[in-house]
Amino acid sequence: MKNYILKRVLNLILMLFAVSIIIFLLVRLIPGDPARTLAGEHASLEILETMRKKWGLDKPILEQYLIWLKYAFRGDFGQSILTHESVLKEILQRFPNTFELSVFAMIFASLIGISAGVISAIKRYTIFDYTTMFIALFGVSMPIFWLAIMLVLLFSIKLNLLPTGGRISVYYSIKHITGFYLIDSLITLNFGSFFNVLKHLILPSIALGTIPMAFIARITRSSMLNVINQDYIRTARAKGLPEKTVILKHALKNALIPIITSAGTEFAMLMGGAVLTETIFSWPGLGTYIVQAVNARDYPVIQGAVIFVALIVAIVNLIVDLVYAYIDPRIKY
Amino acid sequence: MEEETLENEELVISESFFGESFRALRKNKSALIGLAIIIILIFVAIFAHLISPYSPIKQDLYNNLKPGFWAGNFKNFLGTDEFGRDLLSRIIYGARVSLSVGVIAVIIGIFLGSLIGIFSGFYGGTLDNILMRITDIMFALPSILLAIVIVSVLGRGLSKAMIAIGITYSPQIARVVRSETIMVKNTEFIEAAKAIGAPKLRILRVHVLPNVLSVIIVYTTLSIGSAILDAAALGFLGLGAQPPTAEWGAMLANSNHYITGGYWWVATFPGIAILISVLGFNLFGDGLRDAIDPRLRKKM
Amino acid sequence: MKRILLLTVVAVLLVSLFYGCTPKASQPVTLVFAKAGDAVELDPADVTDGESVTVMNNIFEGLVRYKPGTTEIEPWLATSWDVSSDGLSWTFHLRQGVKFHDGTPFNADAVVFSYERQRDPEHPFHKYGKWEYWGYCFSEIAKTEKVDDYTVKITLSRPFAPFISTMAMFTVNVVSPTNCEKWGDQWFAHPVGTGPFKFVEWVKGDHITLEKNQDYWGEKAKIDKLIFKVVPDASQRYLALQKGEVQGIEFPNPDDLSKIEQDPNLAILSQPGVNVGYLAMNVGEDTPGFQKPFGDVRVRQAINYAINKKAIVDQLYKGTAVVAKNPIPPTLWGYNDAIQDYEYNPTKAKELLKEAGYPDGFKTQLWAMPVSRPYMFDPQKIATAIQADLKAVGIDAEIVSYDWGTYLQKTENGEHPMALLGWTADYADPDNFLYVLLDSDSATVGSAGNIAFYRNPEVHKLNMESQKETDQAKRIELYKQVQQIVHDDAPWVTLAHAKQILVFSKKVQGFVLYPTGDYHFESVTISQ
Repeated sequence: MKNYILKRVLNLILMLFAVSIIIFLLVRLIPGDPARTLAGEHASLEILETMRKKWGLDKPILEQYLIWLKYAFRGDFGQSILTHESVLKEILQRFPNTFELSVFAMIFASLIGISAGVISAIKRYTIFDYTTMFIALFGVSMPIFWLAIMLVLLFSIKLNLLPTGGRISVYYSIKHITGFYLIDSLITLNFGSFFNVLKHLILPSIALGTIPMAFIARITRSSMLNVINQDYIRTARAKGLPEKTVILKHALKNALIPIITSAGTEFAMLMGGAVLTETIFSWPGLGTYIVQAVNARDYPVIQGAVIFVALIVAIVNLIVDLVYAYIDPRIKY
Repeated sequence: MEEETLENEELVISESFFGESFRALRKNKSALIGLAIIIILIFVAIFAHLISPYSPIKQDLYNNLKPGFWAGNFKNFLGTDEFGRDLLSRIIYGARVSLSVGVIAVIIGIFLGSLIGIFSGFYGGTLDNILMRITDIMFALPSILLAIVIVSVLGRGLSKAMIAIGITYSPQIARVVRSETIMVKNTEFIEAAKAIGAPKLRILRVHVLPNVLSVIIVYTTLSIGSAILDAAALGFLGLGAQPPTAEWGAMLANSNHYITGGYWWVATFPGIAILISVLGFNLFGDGLRDAIDPRLRKKM
Repeated sequence: MKRILLLTVVAVLLVSLFYGCTPKASQPVTLVFAKAGDAVELDPADVTDGESVTVMNNIFEGLVRYKPGTTEIEPWLATSWDVSSDGLSWTFHLRQGVKFHDGTPFNADAVVFSYERQRDPEHPFHKYGKWEYWGYCFSEIAKTEKVDDYTVKITLSRPFAPFISTMAMFTVNVVSPTNCEKWGDQWFAHPVGTGPFKFVEWVKGDHITLEKNQDYWGEKAKIDKLIFKVVPDASQRYLALQKGEVQGIEFPNPDDLSKIEQDPNLAILSQPGVNVGYLAMNVGEDTPGFQKPFGDVRVRQAINYAINKKAIVDQLYKGTAVVAKNPIPPTLWGYNDAIQDYEYNPTKAKELLKEAGYPDGFKTQLWAMPVSRPYMFDPQKIATAIQADLKAVGIDAEIVSYDWGTYLQKTENGEHPMALLGWTADYADPDNFLYVLLDSDSATVGSAGNIAFYRNPEVHKLNMESQKETDQAKRIELYKQVQQIVHDDAPWVTLAHAKQILVFSKKVQGFVLYPTGDYHFESVTISQ
């Protein structure tokens, strides 16, 4: 096990290096003076000069990369052209927002997806099964930005129940301690803000969770079907255990392994892929950050944020694999 | 784990292979619905200029944001957008754009992916290692994010979006193709071909390629659906199709403004068009996968 | 156990739906105003964009100001001034007993510091800014000197008729020298002025908070806290206002206005702005974006005939603007109403194109800003409409867009064949339009205000004459001639003069619209 972990971590580090090289090269592929690209069109000659010196832009490309790497190790991904703030600082400010949204989306997706999948498997070939699977297919075929628009149309505009977007209403203030709004509002006992934040989370979570929900429902169903036909389930039934116990204790427990893996992968993807949902709900997360950066050609931000997302995705995947290895005794290292 | 052993009969593509698949497909109702949607979509795309009532870019400002048939307006059946362009015509022409983007992007992806996969699987060794690490990297990023980054380097526009989406699709295809290639490579008839001294490239072309074809066909169908979605997403973000091109995603780009103003139709119909088309490809793709190769189920 | 957990989650979600719909009453009187964009910097001398200026109006003050709601000049931080007979030397007598928010006394040193750092390249603080507006509007200032603690003398290098009007601009607002020393190059994020509101915090991209200046020398503000919240999407701004999350918004969607009018809780404030939105055709042969067709006046006139301005104003601006036939708005003195505008006539446009040798049109680019501006609420939309009009006469225009900063830079470089842009007056004088936007002096590649790169020596001569002329009637005549020449040469398609529109909750009273588009919140009250 120890060796396995070590091997995986090593792999992760190697992969991050590779990602950093590719992103680094991509940004330098952009036609024009890299100093201008990195400093922005409005930069004065002095800024360009300091930029060239700091990042070694007059040196050969390999050396440039090493310089860049040196700074990156210190957490210095440069300054945003748009805001003149440290890229890492901005990423860390926004990451908790994306994380909180992804967690909620995953809770929504798992709760509904697993229940629907289990019931579908038990009631195989019934109307419920067909309907669920058809809805699941809808879920993966739907443009989520359109789903988000429809949710806003219904719940915010027609029914006026939920906010149309944003992280928190402007008249609530939150003391930033961890950066996670829910936690911050709870530990400061600011319940007004807490509920307000929660309200803002509902629609984006549904929009973002729909695709994973559909996937999870489909996987749960097929995984459950696989398990239900196994001998030990038949034995359990033969022993006269109540059906509920059989399904929940025996079948679901064993069917969970592939579900966890796919849910984990989905979760990892949500963290960087919430671009569309965040855009529609004006969510101040990493997704909107990257889109803004692309629109403004803010290359230091693109460079830093993409590497950060790759890191997060890799870490989540690693954790999923470790959990998988831990719960499934059949895996050998 | 991809090198699981398989019974030989599965690998030999017999004449009846496609026939059997076709019979299996015919029994699958949802696949047929999917196929019907695809055929309609292709028909609409090809004959857009004949069936659409107006030009998709003809502007009529004094007739803008008019509701459609539900308000008794049969001139513009689905209403008009904010430039007074006929929404139905734009959706019809949008089929052309979306379909071609989906197909071309996937072709680019398949071409790149198959190239990587076949070479990687067939030659193995260092080349395999390098190529697979590259696909690993691409897997490390969500595909829409990767597409956005590529567009940010290439510049925006429909053709750039196609290339970006194609690139993001290539690693998945490369992996599948690679494992198929390895499997085929290790079978006896390739060994035999090697033994009689056939050149490597010829083996690749004559024996390996046809075997991985079935995988590619299934994959293509499923990918076109998601490529249409991704292209719409890029259009929605303003990175894909540029005005005045009638593209479904781009048509939704100002939707926030339409729904607060009460012009719900502008934000609704293009979305439904995307949904139906993608659903068609997914239904058909699922059916095709079950029909051609049940063993693929686990992998995709 | 699990069921209890689930029930709790559901209960929490349900409660959250209905909880906290109204803010607590015990809080300080706060006004939240939703803006379309964030400020870029908060140094009055170093910004060029409206989003920064509207925030700073409340923090900083100048020696003179516009009387609320007018373009009339009145004394402010200077109580009076004298002019020498040659019009070159201006002496300002400063108000006593005024303090900056950081406690620094306001005096002649502060004024000299604020101006000289912009003018003098040797000044130790000159390196911290680009000072673009100084170059545009104050190049005639030769020197600012301290006479005594409360007297300042400004010397001009040439007589400049609009000088006292320009002194009401944000660029010459007075900043605290001690604060600048404290923050150095980061000072733009920590503004300290003498105004009715003090700066509290700036969360970039999200909001800027100001609070009431308790020690203000004049009439104190009536609200305690003023928050500028950044909400880029017009629909989101409107919804936030409807839900009471904010009390005021700028740039509402024209399509939403009819709904807003019917809302009993909302009030629309509107007045004609001193602005113009235009399409510039690049005639500068020395620019990288120049295309041959635009060198021909017939092509430029054809484009003027091809664009249905009235339809754009009626259906896209939805009556929030008037069609423009001159570069200056009808609300400004000197407007030439005798000019006959090019009517919408695609047939004539095609004929002119044919005469000019382009019977099948040509391919070009149409540049459009990425952001909503006071003079053009949705440039992308306007561009799409113009694109269709041009297509109808055979001209194929591809819409090109960059982020706002890059867009300005590239258009100043002349990299565009055709570009949308506009202008809101900094001071109420036709000079601010006709010289800044259409004079050959302003057509320098790389820093052009005149992005048509239109260089007519006759226009330049008239502009110069008018700058020296002190007789208003004569100046009006000169500017009318300029407008006629510009109309005939057609370097622009003048599109529209937008009305300035703000929407407030009815609880908010006392907001005064300024023709220059400034926002001043000191007179505002909120009833509960």
